Amino acid sequence: MAIVECRDVEKQFVKGRETVEVLTGINLDIEEGDFLALMGPSGSGKTTLLNLIGGLDHPTSGLIRVGGSDLNELSGRALAKWRSVHVGFIFQFYNLLPVLNAQRNVELPLLLTNLSRAQRQKNAAIALEIVGLTDRAKHKPGELSGGQQQRVAIARAIVADPKLLVCDEPTGDLDRETADEILGLLEILNRDHRKTVIVVTHDPKAAGHAKKILHMDKGKLVEEAIV
Amino acid sequence: MSYLSLLWANLFRKKTRTVLTLLSVMIAFVLFVLLQAVGEAFTGGVTIVGVDRLIVTPKYSIVDELPLSQKRQVAAIAGVNLVTQQSWFGGVYQDPKNFFPKYPVEPLEYFDMYSEFIINPAELEAFAGTRTGAVVKAGLAEQYGWKLGDIIPIQADIWPKADGSRTWEFELVGTFEEAESSRPLFLFQYQYFTESVELDRRDQVGWWTVRLSEPERAAEIAREIDSLFENSRDPTRTATEDEFSRQFASQLGDIGFITTIIMSAVFFTIVLLTGNTMAQALRERIPELAVLKTIGFTDTAVSALVLGEAIVLCVVGGLCGIAMAYLLLPGIAPVLESFAGSIDFSATTLATAIGLSVVIGIVIGIVPAMSARRLTIVDALRKN
Ligand SMILES: Nc1ncnc2c1ncn2[C@@H]1O[C@H](COP(=O)(O)OP(=O)(O)OP(=O)(O)O)[C@@H](O)[C@H]1O
Ligand SMILES: [Mg+2]
Repeated sequence: MAIVECRDVEKQFVKGRETVEVLTGINLDIEEGDFLALMGPSGSGKTTLLNLIGGLDHPTSGLIRVGGSDLNELSGRALAKWRSVHVGFIFQFYNLLPVLNAQRNVELPLLLTNLSRAQRQKNAAIALEIVGLTDRAKHKPGELSGGQQQRVAIARAIVADPKLLVCDEPTGDLDRETADEILGLLEILNRDHRKTVIVVTHDPKAAGHAKKILHMDKGKLVEEAIV
Repeated sequence: MSYLSLLWANLFRKKTRTVLTLLSVMIAFVLFVLLQAVGEAFTGGVTIVGVDRLIVTPKYSIVDELPLSQKRQVAAIAGVNLVTQQSWFGGVYQDPKNFFPKYPVEPLEYFDMYSEFIINPAELEAFAGTRTGAVVKAGLAEQYGWKLGDIIPIQADIWPKADGSRTWEFELVGTFEEAESSRPLFLFQYQYFTESVELDRRDQVGWWTVRLSEPERAAEIAREIDSLFENSRDPTRTATEDEFSRQFASQLGDIGFITTIIMSAVFFTIVLLTGNTMAQALRERIPELAVLKTIGFTDTAVSALVLGEAIVLCVVGGLCGIAMAYLLLPGIAPVLESFAGSIDFSATTLATAIGLSVVIGIVIGIVPAMSARRLTIVDALRKN
């Protein structure tokens, strides 16, 4: 069963008097357990599509169904709640809270659950263990390398155990070797923890870690390559 | 970790900034609490001990003097039981900051009048029998280390002696206590005083204190006293002790009004400065707030976080200020208590201060909180 279904998805942005057509008719199915790389030139609409799938924004028209929920029917509080349960987000610049140590950054999404304090701490510790950062639990983001910060961000994305991970250029700010480690980690999550992973990337080598590569250009999916 | 500890952690994002903000809020509240206490002392101060006592002052200004000859006339009025005089002596003991009131009085009459002052009869007798004798509040003697028999020199400012000398020397012959008040007081003989000052300033008093045998006729007797001197060279104004102290305060300026003006200015500045700091801090945090929303925090939760930070900052600053004022008060209270009522923290002042800190927190936090609420994730992340 497809975990993500996009049907005739269009997205326009209105800038003053101008209307920018960013996505023009996207049709896409992503199967559960897939590892998908989304490539394409800058401005082609990759981030916009990812945001729609992650429930951060609504399409201008068309249908988006993720994990069985029609995202058009959710908004505000309900959509926020849905995101906290179903999607983990990973960004290029990690976006950790600088005032919290690694452990607490990872624990953050669990504040929205009914878990006890002890259970939250335990789950955060497990997530940090999965990304291999147990020994840095008490460090603040400023005291960690870029690769380590991205690991913390990944731990934060998986701590509430969502089925879907959406990653917008997760290695865009990292050197080759570190990037490979991060992608390797995403592969493990996909293979061993059965997460469906969507990665936006400019790096063909990074895309090589994926099971499937999609290309976008000018708001359209142009071809589908199976690795 | 809890929501509250997230809020708390955010306050320490920039330690210097938080500490400076806390300090400014704290200072504002030190001022507020002290001024509030002073204001209350002036408006509410005086105890009910003196309901059977009237104060007779010069009609137009409390710095005028009244002639000693009025004493017999007032005493002759029906319903008047005792009359005695006091004067504002001023004067400096060693240093102008050693401030305490000094009154020339008739020893026996005075302690008869103010039965709330407790003095050892032998010391009272010594006071009455020693021309240059003085008695002081026990706390005052303790403060300056005076012992019985000590000679205490006072430099006159208002009342130089007839021989041109400005040094008055008093011999400490006793101390006295007053229940429920620590205000300082220094008393010496009126006889010695009036016989030592320049000739043309003799036989004058600052004000009369009148004890009534029929307190229920206080208003009537007050009118009678004033009408007695209405057409003389020295018209009077008679009031209860309570009214007197309020009048005195209003001659110093409307303390309450001044307090309000000062505090409005202080809080206006605080709101402006802190509000600006908060708005600036928010701009730095836009990506973080967007991430919180991405993770699933609702708009309300995120704006509550921002508002909560402002409130916590102000309440913590306010509490520090209140504590600080509490520490400072014993130092300034005696000075003020000499012309106002007793100065203390009332529950009202504390409650007002805490309430005010919450309100200021809300005023400061509401704009950043609303912008945090309106922030859309997609736009905020794009700007990142
Ligand atoms: N909120 C917005 N308002 C106006 N225009 C927008 C908005 N978001 C995206 N766009 C426009 O939509 C187009 C696609 O943007 P998008 O960020 O999806 O591209 P992208 O493929 O992720 O590019 P990059 O590789 O540079 O990240 C761009 O031209 C961008 O200017
Ligand atoms: Mg992008």
